[in-house]
Amino acid sequence: MSQIFKQGLVCPLDKNNVDTDQIIPKQFLTSVSRDGFAEALFYDWRYLADGAANPEFVLNYPQYQGASILLTRANFGCGSSREHAPWALQQYGFNVIIAESFADIFFNNSVNNGMLLITLSKTNIELLFNRCAQGPQQWQIDLASQEILFGNNAAMGFNIDPDIKQRLLSGLDFIGSSEQLNPQIAAFEAQRRSHLPWLG
Amino acid sequence: MGQTLYQKIYHSHVVGKLNASTDLLFVDRHLIHEVTSPQAFSGLKLAGRAVRRPDLTFATMDHNVSTQRRSLDAAGETSRKQLEALAANCDEHRIPLLDLTHPDQGIVHVIGPEQGLTQPGMIIVCGDSHTSTHGAFGALAFGIGTSEVEHVLATQTLPQQQAKTLKVEINGDLPAHVTPKDVILAVIGKLGTAGGNGYVAEFCGSAIRGMSMEGRMTLCNMSIEMGAKAGLIAPDGTTFAYLKGKAHAPQAEHWDAAVSYWQSLHSDADAVFDKTISLDASSISPQITWGTNPEQVIAVDEPIPAPESFSDDTKRQAAERALQYMGLSAGQKLTDCAVDVVFIGSCTNSRIEDLRAAASVVRDRKVAPGVRALVVPGSGVVKRQAEQEGLAEIFKQAGFEWREPGCSMCLGMNDDQVAAGQRCASTSNRNFEGRQGRGARTHLVSPAMAAAAAIAGKFVNVARLEGAAQ
Repeated sequence: MSQIFKQGLVCPLDKNNVDTDQIIPKQFLTSVSRDGFAEALFYDWRYLADGAANPEFVLNYPQYQGASILLTRANFGCGSSREHAPWALQQYGFNVIIAESFADIFFNNSVNNGMLLITLSKTNIELLFNRCAQGPQQWQIDLASQEILFGNNAAMGFNIDPDIKQRLLSGLDFIGSSEQLNPQIAAFEAQRRSHLPWLG
Repeated sequence: MGQTLYQKIYHSHVVGKLNASTDLLFVDRHLIHEVTSPQAFSGLKLAGRAVRRPDLTFATMDHNVSTQRRSLDAAGETSRKQLEALAANCDEHRIPLLDLTHPDQGIVHVIGPEQGLTQPGMIIVCGDSHTSTHGAFGALAFGIGTSEVEHVLATQTLPQQQAKTLKVEINGDLPAHVTPKDVILAVIGKLGTAGGNGYVAEFCGSAIRGMSMEGRMTLCNMSIEMGAKAGLIAPDGTTFAYLKGKAHAPQAEHWDAAVSYWQSLHSDADAVFDKTISLDASSISPQITWGTNPEQVIAVDEPIPAPESFSDDTKRQAAERALQYMGLSAGQKLTDCAVDVVFIGSCTNSRIEDLRAAASVVRDRKVAPGVRALVVPGSGVVKRQAEQEGLAEIFKQAGFEWREPGCSMCLGMNDDQVAAGQRCASTSNRNFEGRQGRGARTHLVSPAMAAAAAIAGKFVNVARLEGAAQ
C-alpha cells in the first residue's frame, strides 16, 4: 500500500538543538489568533536587525524557496511548550520535519496539527544532508509504506508510532476521539470523589 | 516487580484505552495563563464545547504582564488584548483567575504550590514547559501545547503514552553556597539537554531528602532543560508540612486520609528504572552556563572549555557557535567577565528562600556602578513576605530595582529585556540565543551567584566573596 503524505522541496537546516525561541521568538506570542505566524518563523536568523532578509540564512537561499520538507539534526524543538512553533512552521509551508530527534512537547504539538515528524538515526540523517549537498532535492514521503522516496527507485524507510500513523492517515478528531470515552470519564470522576474526596 | 512512582501515578489516572499504546488519563489540575490559552478557548467556542471542570481549572496572568505597574495596558496594546481575552474567557467559563488586582497574583508555577493547588499524586498540566516544577510534590506535572489545553478544557483528560523512567540519585551533603540550582545545572551538564528525552526523571537520595520544598521545586523546574517530560520527587514529611494549612490543601476532615494516601507514593524498593545516573552532592561547586543551552555549564572557577575538547561533532560545533554568540573564547575564565545586567526572578528562582539567599549576599553592599540589577518576586505572597522580612529594603538600598510579580526578563515578553551584546547573570532557566532579548547573552546562575555578580560587577564565586567578607 502506498499513500503519499507529502511531495516537496527539502530545505536542510544544519543545526542541533534548535529551540522554540529560535523557531518563533517571544514578541510574536502575544497574539490571540492561531494564524499569521509564517512571517515570524526563525525570525532572528531570517531577518537582519534592520528587517531585511538575511541572505546567509538557508531559508532565504533562492534554491529553497517553496520548501515544504525541513531536514535538521538532533533535539529539534527543545524549550518551551508554545504551539506557535509548529503553527509557524506549518504556516510557512513545512508539513514534514526530518530529524535525528525531537523534544517531546514539540513533537506532540506538531502531531496535533497534522504534521509528520520523522526520526532517523544519526547516520541516515547524515546521508540525507549529503544528498542535499548535491543540489536541491524533491522527495516524496509515503506514510503508508513508511518510506522517503528520492526518485529513481531510491528510498529510505522510517519508523513511526502506529497510533500516530493511524491518526495522520485517517485525520481523526483529537478531542472527538476522547469524547467517545465520556461515560468512562464520568465514572472515573465519581470514583475519585468517593475515594479521594479532597481532590474535588 | 515493583512500580516506580511515575508508574503508580500514571496507572491511577487511566480512564480508558484509546488504542494499543495510548491511554486517556484524568487531569486533576489544569493551570492556565494568557499566552497559550486564547486559541484553545476560541477552538472550544468554534466547536460548541463547554469547559468540563472549571472547578479544577485555575488561571493567572504572568507571562507578559508589566512588572512596573499593575495595569493591563502597561506592557503594550497586544499584551493588553491577550490579558483581557484571558479575563473574558475565565469570566465566561467561571474559571477562578488571579488577575493583576489580586494580591496573590504571580507566576503560575509559584502560585500553584503556594495556594495548595499542587498536591502529591495528582496529574497537573499547564500550557508551559516549566510545569515540571510541580513534580517536587510527587505530582506528575508536565507542559502541554495549546491543542492539548483545548483537549483538557473540553474533557479534563489527556491522551498519553507511558514514558521511560530515569532515576537521578544524589547523595551526600551540598557544600556551603551550593544550591539546588547548582545541582540541577550540574545534572544537566552531565546528562545533556536531550539526555532526558522520552523519560520522566525521579530525583532521590539523601541530598534531595535534605532539600526544602522550594529547593525541590527549583530542581524539578529545570527537568525540562534536560528534555525530561517531568521531574518527580517522592513526597515526605517536608512536603506534608509545606502543604498543611494552604488555602486549597486538604482541610482538617480529610487531612489524615490524604497524608496516608500520599505516604504510598514512592517507588517500590524493587522497581526497575530504564536508566540511572548518580551524582555526589559534595563534589558540586557553584555553576554557571557559558553557552547557549543549559548543558554548556561549568563550575564558576573553571576555564571555558575548548570546542576541540568535545569528542562529539555535534557538541563541538554547538560550542563553537555558542562562543561566537556569547562573545567568549576557550580558556577564558568567566570570573574575568563583567556583567551588564543581573536578573533575580523566574519560576526557577523567585521564591522567598531564593530572595533570602540573594539578600544575604547583598546586605550592606552596593550594586557595582554601571550594572542594572532587578529583583522580580514570583508572586504577591513572596513580595509581601520579602517586604515584611526587610529583604526588599536590602535590595533597594543596594541599588536593585524591586518589581511586581511576573515572568519578566526570563523571556522578555514584556519590556524587561536585555539589550544586544549585553551580558546578564540570570537566575532563570534558559540561556538560548535571543531568549532575554535579541543578541542578549545569558548566563544561568543561582540567586546567591547572581547577587554576588551584581555586587562585584563581574562573575565571582559567591563562596570567595562571602569568605572575603568574613
